[in-house]
Amino acid sequence: MSIDPGPLTAAPPEEVQRAQTERLLEAWKQPTGWRYWSAVNNSVVGLWYVAMTFFFLLFGGVLALLMRLQLARPNNDFLSADLYNQAFTVHGSVMMFLFAIPIFEAIAVMFLPQMLGARELPFPRLSAFGFWCFLLGGIFLCGSIFFDAAPRGGWFMYPPLTSKYQSGIGADIWLLGFSFIEIAAIAAAVEIIIGALKTRPPGMRINLIPLYIWYVLVAAAMILFAFPPLIAGSLLLEVERAFHWPFFDPAGGGDPLLWQHLFWLFGHPEVYIIFLPSVALMAMIVPTFAQRPIVGYGWIVLAAVGIGFLSFGLWVHHMFTTGLPGISLGLFSAASEAVAIPTGVQIFCFIATLAAGRTVRSVPMLYAFGSLVIFVLGGLTGVMVAVAPFNFQAHDTFFVVAHLHYVLIGGALFPILAGCYYFFPLINGKKLSDKLGKIAFWLAFTGFNVAFLPMHLTGLRGMPRRVFTYQAGLGFDALNLVSTVGAFILAAGLAIVFWDMVRPKKKQSYSERNPWNAGTLEWTQEMPGKPWGMRSIPEIDSRYPLWEQPNFLRDVDEGRFYLADAEEGKRESILTSVIDARPEQCLRLPGPTFITLWAALTMGGFFIFGTFSLWWPSLLSLLASLAIIIYWLWTETALIPEKAEKDVGLGLKLPLYLSGPESAGWWAMFITMLAVLTAFISLVFGYFFFWTVRADFPPDPVPGPGHFWPLVAALLLLGAWAQTVLARRWNRNDHASAFYTGLLLGSILAIAGGAALLAGPWVTELDPTSHVYPATVWILVTWTTFQILIGVIMQLYCIARRVAGRMTARYDIDIRNVALYWHFTAFTAVVTVAVIAGFPLVA
Amino acid sequence: MSETAEKDQSLWLLTASPTFWAAHFLLCYITAAIWCAKVVGLGGSLASARVAIAVYTVLALAGIGIVGRVGYRRHSHGNATLPHDDDTPEDRHRFLGFATLLLSALSAVAVIYAGLVIFFFRSCY
Repeated sequence: MSIDPGPLTAAPPEEVQRAQTERLLEAWKQPTGWRYWSAVNNSVVGLWYVAMTFFFLLFGGVLALLMRLQLARPNNDFLSADLYNQAFTVHGSVMMFLFAIPIFEAIAVMFLPQMLGARELPFPRLSAFGFWCFLLGGIFLCGSIFFDAAPRGGWFMYPPLTSKYQSGIGADIWLLGFSFIEIAAIAAAVEIIIGALKTRPPGMRINLIPLYIWYVLVAAAMILFAFPPLIAGSLLLEVERAFHWPFFDPAGGGDPLLWQHLFWLFGHPEVYIIFLPSVALMAMIVPTFAQRPIVGYGWIVLAAVGIGFLSFGLWVHHMFTTGLPGISLGLFSAASEAVAIPTGVQIFCFIATLAAGRTVRSVPMLYAFGSLVIFVLGGLTGVMVAVAPFNFQAHDTFFVVAHLHYVLIGGALFPILAGCYYFFPLINGKKLSDKLGKIAFWLAFTGFNVAFLPMHLTGLRGMPRRVFTYQAGLGFDALNLVSTVGAFILAAGLAIVFWDMVRPKKKQSYSERNPWNAGTLEWTQEMPGKPWGMRSIPEIDSRYPLWEQPNFLRDVDEGRFYLADAEEGKRESILTSVIDARPEQCLRLPGPTFITLWAALTMGGFFIFGTFSLWWPSLLSLLASLAIIIYWLWTETALIPEKAEKDVGLGLKLPLYLSGPESAGWWAMFITMLAVLTAFISLVFGYFFFWTVRADFPPDPVPGPGHFWPLVAALLLLGAWAQTVLARRWNRNDHASAFYTGLLLGSILAIAGGAALLAGPWVTELDPTSHVYPATVWILVTWTTFQILIGVIMQLYCIARRVAGRMTARYDIDIRNVALYWHFTAFTAVVTVAVIAGFPLVA
Repeated sequence: MSETAEKDQSLWLLTASPTFWAAHFLLCYITAAIWCAKVVGLGGSLASARVAIAVYTVLALAGIGIVGRVGYRRHSHGNATLPHDDDTPEDRHRFLGFATLLLSALSAVAVIYAGLVIFFFRSCY
């Protein structure tokens, strides 16, 4: 029984409703003509995102077909060895980084607001920025293969192959291009986490949220801890390639295994980052076609959160053959088996839901069933390769290729296709063709199994991965030919799906509203949808409001709920509390802009010029990007509203401005800094890794950086932090002169502290190219100094904001976020000093 | 009623038991890695490292047990039964308790799996 407020008992008069809808349409109007590309609305950006991911899927798919043609018969010369190397590297990288992960972000950005009954996610421009970063990075990587310049070291880029033996720019394209895309992924993670926790409709308590939200919340949180190790690893490898700091070179004291640790610390959770949001689509589809609530909601939450944790304990199972101690293998083998438990639990929940309901036959369910079959087979071979002795045998053979494709195509591609058929009416109001969908399914399902089932046997017979050809008569010939035939059948199936999506549908009539009779909120959308998302933001009393809340659609449509109007002509949504979704703030949202595109272009310039070692243009691009981002923040964030409160309907007044932990921006800063901290900790992990594997790390006697300068740096930086925290308080108490003096002093201390930190290795003449020890000290110091530099810019920004009257004692988002940034920076500085100056004493 | 108030609830409780698993897992891994690399060498005996892992395992299971008990008490608050899908603070309270309980059970199983290595390995290799 609900204790929340209900909708208005009587609808507003028709002329009032008409005026409200006109004002809402005006506020949420999409830009037209060439300005269309300035849109930031989630539904538009989400659509671009999805379209581009499918384009990259096609691209990666064509590369796969070329590889299968090459392997169709022994001693084939269709592709040269070098081109084959580029093909499998780009295929793997594109499928992982440009399809599987981005499509999760794309679908989430597109549908989260509808599922949450929100008008928009809290940071629409951040999503647009992420999309442009993704597009640039993706085109850069894919384009390289046409110039014979693509990376060729495999999608996991192991050094020393990629550091000493590949001098072209391929590896740089991979390292810098993907670092750029990883920024986009972290931006999406910030958006999704805050969206899921803070933009739920009033009343949607934590026990009522759609399962999709649970899954993407977990996956986005995983991104924060999984991607930074790869960013740190890429930084080390790129610095080794560009400046010869020997992190992975044994001749200079380095160790290539560090890359494997950092890569797989990202790489294994990444598999689940792909899998969870895809299976999340099934969690929405299955109840709809079973026509009943999901069985075991709590158990599925267990599965999502449990997998989120356990998947971080699996990374070494990719490294079973690298000579680690047996006990380490045992630990990772145990975690790899344990993760099968939550993975299985959710599948049983789906089966139980279907068994308990009256299942409706449909195309989305066909793909869902296909997914279950394929994924379970992939899961079973996963349990096999998690057993170390079997893994030793199967390692680097086609058995692993078969296993990973069963997992990823069954666990991700088929659910996504199910999602395409299910959600397509929400995109343009029209359904995809049932007939084409069925034909495509049977082709894809059959083709997939014909292609990949024999690969288990090819692998067990000993065919290694990543060889461009093989001798006849080794038992591989027929199996490879069958796989090639299967790959083309699979491709035919996917081609039909693509055609179904892009074929002209002008003559096709619009689907009826809620065509599958679903119970969740996204299906309140009209056909075709309106740019405002929801006519009015509803009060939620149930997990399936469309099934269980009487007159729900009518009440939404007639504006009987919250924010049925846009009196001030502004884009607005409601922020709510994390646990019970109690309304807390009426959030004003920004409109269309090209600034996100400019920010992405200039930031892309930094990475792309860097690839070609054009350091000056690269640096200039970075500075331009910084200037644009500051302009963006200055003009469009933390705006002081014209009034303190706004009536959002149903007798509820909400503040228009909140700062600190109550605001979305503070949480965005917190989440971003968690990711930054994780990257830093990965570098620290590198330091201790070298200590465990090398007797001469740190060398004896220790050549630097000494104790004096690091300690001076720590004191100065703690002073800078204290000044920033005090300045926040002085601002709140409206002590303007104390605020200005304190923050200015803080920035001077910070600059002095950064300089002192650099002075340590500088005066002790540590040469980073000579050995891995000075290189590691320098990388920690450089990272921290860079973070301090950003912190100084933030301090000066706050001073300028207050001078300009854009920040006051009451409206203080900027300084509160900057103080939060400085908590993290102070921690980073202290850890850096403790490691570089303190640990050599202990060691 | 007050124990179900929103201000006394947190999603962090859900993560408590898996965090015990993560801490246990990392400690076991780090102990074994340092022991085998720095103390006894690759051919050495695990001896004290096994005892340390056994101690970590008992401590982690105790921590998980406490969190699981809190979860169970919340899950059985009042007299409602599953699926805890009512739009009330009480059912939300029970749901969070239930999810905490399930995650504690999974974490306990995963900790036991990891702890089992000491029965299979007596030396680093």
